[in-house]
Amino acid sequence: MKFVRWLADIDRRIIFLVIAVSVVVPLLVPLGMRVKVTSQTKIVYEEVEKLPAGSNVLVAFDYDPAAAPEVHPMALAFLHHCFAKKHKVIIMALWPQGAQLAVSAMGEMMQEFDLEYGRDYVNLGYKPGGDIVIKSLGASFPKVFPRDMAGASTADLPIMAEVRNLKDIDLIMALSAGDPGIPAWVRVANALYQRRVAGGCTAVSAPQFFPYLQTGQLIGLLGGLKGAAEYETVTAYAGKASSRMDAQSIAHVVIILFILFANISYFILRKQGDEGSGGPTARPPA
Amino acid sequence: MRREIPMIVAFVAGVIIILEFFVPSLRSVASQVQNWYLVVVAFAILVGAFNLLRMNYMKVRDRRADWPYSIILIVGLFTMAIAGIFWGIGQGTVFDWLFNYLMFPMSSTMFALLAFFVASAAYRAFRARAVDATLLLVAAIIVMLGQVPIGSIWIPEWWPHSLVFLTPDWLKDRIMEIFNTAGQRAILIGASLGVVSTSLRILLGIERSYLGEE
Amino acid sequence: MDGLTLFGTWIAALLTLFILSFLYKDNPFYKFAEYLFVGVSAGFWIAYNFHNLLVPNLIDPLFGADGAFPKLIREGQPDFRLLTIIAGLLGVTMLFRFFPKVAWVSRYGIAFSVGLGAGLMFIVYLQANCIYQIWGTITLSPVVVTETATGWHFDWGASVANTLLIVGVVSALVYFYFSKEHKGLLGGTARLGIWFLMISFGAAFGYTVMARISLLIGRMEFLINDWIKGTLIALGLL
Repeated sequence: MKFVRWLADIDRRIIFLVIAVSVVVPLLVPLGMRVKVTSQTKIVYEEVEKLPAGSNVLVAFDYDPAAAPEVHPMALAFLHHCFAKKHKVIIMALWPQGAQLAVSAMGEMMQEFDLEYGRDYVNLGYKPGGDIVIKSLGASFPKVFPRDMAGASTADLPIMAEVRNLKDIDLIMALSAGDPGIPAWVRVANALYQRRVAGGCTAVSAPQFFPYLQTGQLIGLLGGLKGAAEYETVTAYAGKASSRMDAQSIAHVVIILFILFANISYFILRKQGDEGSGGPTARPPA
Repeated sequence: MRREIPMIVAFVAGVIIILEFFVPSLRSVASQVQNWYLVVVAFAILVGAFNLLRMNYMKVRDRRADWPYSIILIVGLFTMAIAGIFWGIGQGTVFDWLFNYLMFPMSSTMFALLAFFVASAAYRAFRARAVDATLLLVAAIIVMLGQVPIGSIWIPEWWPHSLVFLTPDWLKDRIMEIFNTAGQRAILIGASLGVVSTSLRILLGIERSYLGEE
Repeated sequence: MDGLTLFGTWIAALLTLFILSFLYKDNPFYKFAEYLFVGVSAGFWIAYNFHNLLVPNLIDPLFGADGAFPKLIREGQPDFRLLTIIAGLLGVTMLFRFFPKVAWVSRYGIAFSVGLGAGLMFIVYLQANCIYQIWGTITLSPVVVTETATGWHFDWGASVANTLLIVGVVSALVYFYFSKEHKGLLGGTARLGIWFLMISFGAAFGYTVMARISLLIGRMEFLINDWIKGTLIALGLL
């Protein structure tokens, strides 16, 4: 009984330590668990596959460094897929840090593909305003982005010669950590301009986008690190997400065990008629 | 008139955008007005940054609690802003280096702390006290298991299709496609009605809190 | 790994450890990192705004080499881009917030952006989040029959799923209806709605745990691979 009470009132720093160990050990000793690809990821994959070569794909980097561990791997896998299929990639960001992360992502792509800036891809940079920016893009790209991120005139770039507004975009991939992000692209680009929008997002925001999937407003969704790992698997891209899923698995099991232990100790103590001495399960005296 | 004219400005700006959907000839006017919005937002962001600077300057000047840290904040702000404005923000610049080795790790780690707190909170507060809490708890456990490879690697090759409903990933998919979609859709519809009514109140001048005090 | 990158990696690792030290307890190292983060973030926003907004959307159209003012001086021809001055003036009104006696001037800029935002939100939220979602629910068929080579078959799975989805959306919406007391049939339906919402929140919690752990994995991977392994490789010990 003393042990159960100690378990119920355990110092939270011990919990922190267990979580840290459950994450670090699988990173040092990989287990190589296979990632199963879900239908949502396959839909995004097939959408990129069926586009003819040279299609205009807009990739919106609407996330910040806090979301990068989840979203950046899917950005890399998606960009890799697009360039392998010889699509033209137009990069922009509704979050300022997103534009900077796009620079980093393209740095990795340049190591693998022979890409020419302005012909194969362009980084338009960041614009604040969320829905208003997307609505303005529906009218005119050059008006919203007269210059790219580096300050060059977008009118001089060959890739932008074919992209006057959103109607010239064949697929929008919104990589997002919140709003503005997927919700804004669905509300404006899909609802007002009937553009096909796919999404990649943090796991914390993924559940709220399932209603959009059911109506077809979002054609597919990569949710969290698992979504990134699935896209790496289906495109056979050697990214970081797949290797991180081992640590993810162990950490999830540890947290589930924590919850189960806590509930078992709660029910034992409640049955004893004793809620513990001042711990989190304690009821105030009658 | 210090409140009435801004209310008229809000009304005109909003109505132009609404009417544009029904009157195509207003498109060029709406487009111009939208571009103005981008400039105004830029100044709004500057106001926020300058306010932060002002508050921390006053903290240093008045020697309030933790004032030495405010000097760190001010130095960091000026370093980043000056590096970015005068030497550019492209790849290979000082700004880019500061972003990659200062801002990126600090931003990521701030949010990584939440992993520890969510585990601690789940352990200390997540109890199956009632039917509602039990439903929440069971759904959370199924989703946590179904989302990771460890939830499906124990399933052997010969597992019959008729028993697929016993597997965490199948259960997780049904929870997300049916129950989660239903709940989130109700929230979406309710919230959107709230946004629509608030927008209407703002445009009609009923909601005036954005104008501040008299 | 070159010297500058190694130096940067060590700075990043130290700042990471400073912030993680908060898990033990609040301390000066954490406070240092916290204030530095806030300052650097604000400086980031200022620099980005300058290059991505003020220059291309205000300064260049008005004062650039091919801007409206130089054109007016050169050719005497007014340009529609001169209207951008209005945007500049509205933006400058925002700065009046810092002066209490004339802070009321900032209402113009605020009212313009709030009004424009309200106008757009009115349309897009109604269309995408209300009408489309209602359409997505009422067009669901609770009875799904599929045609195969052997004839028509009642699809149990899809039918049950659609029925549950319709019942779930309606009952959860009934729960949010607070204009009448939740008694009798209304109360029972609202109760069912709560159950759907609880399952939905449980799913959201599961995804939230996944998100937070993913962030931690990212940082731990940086510390192990980039910092420790990277340093050992740079020193020739690995």
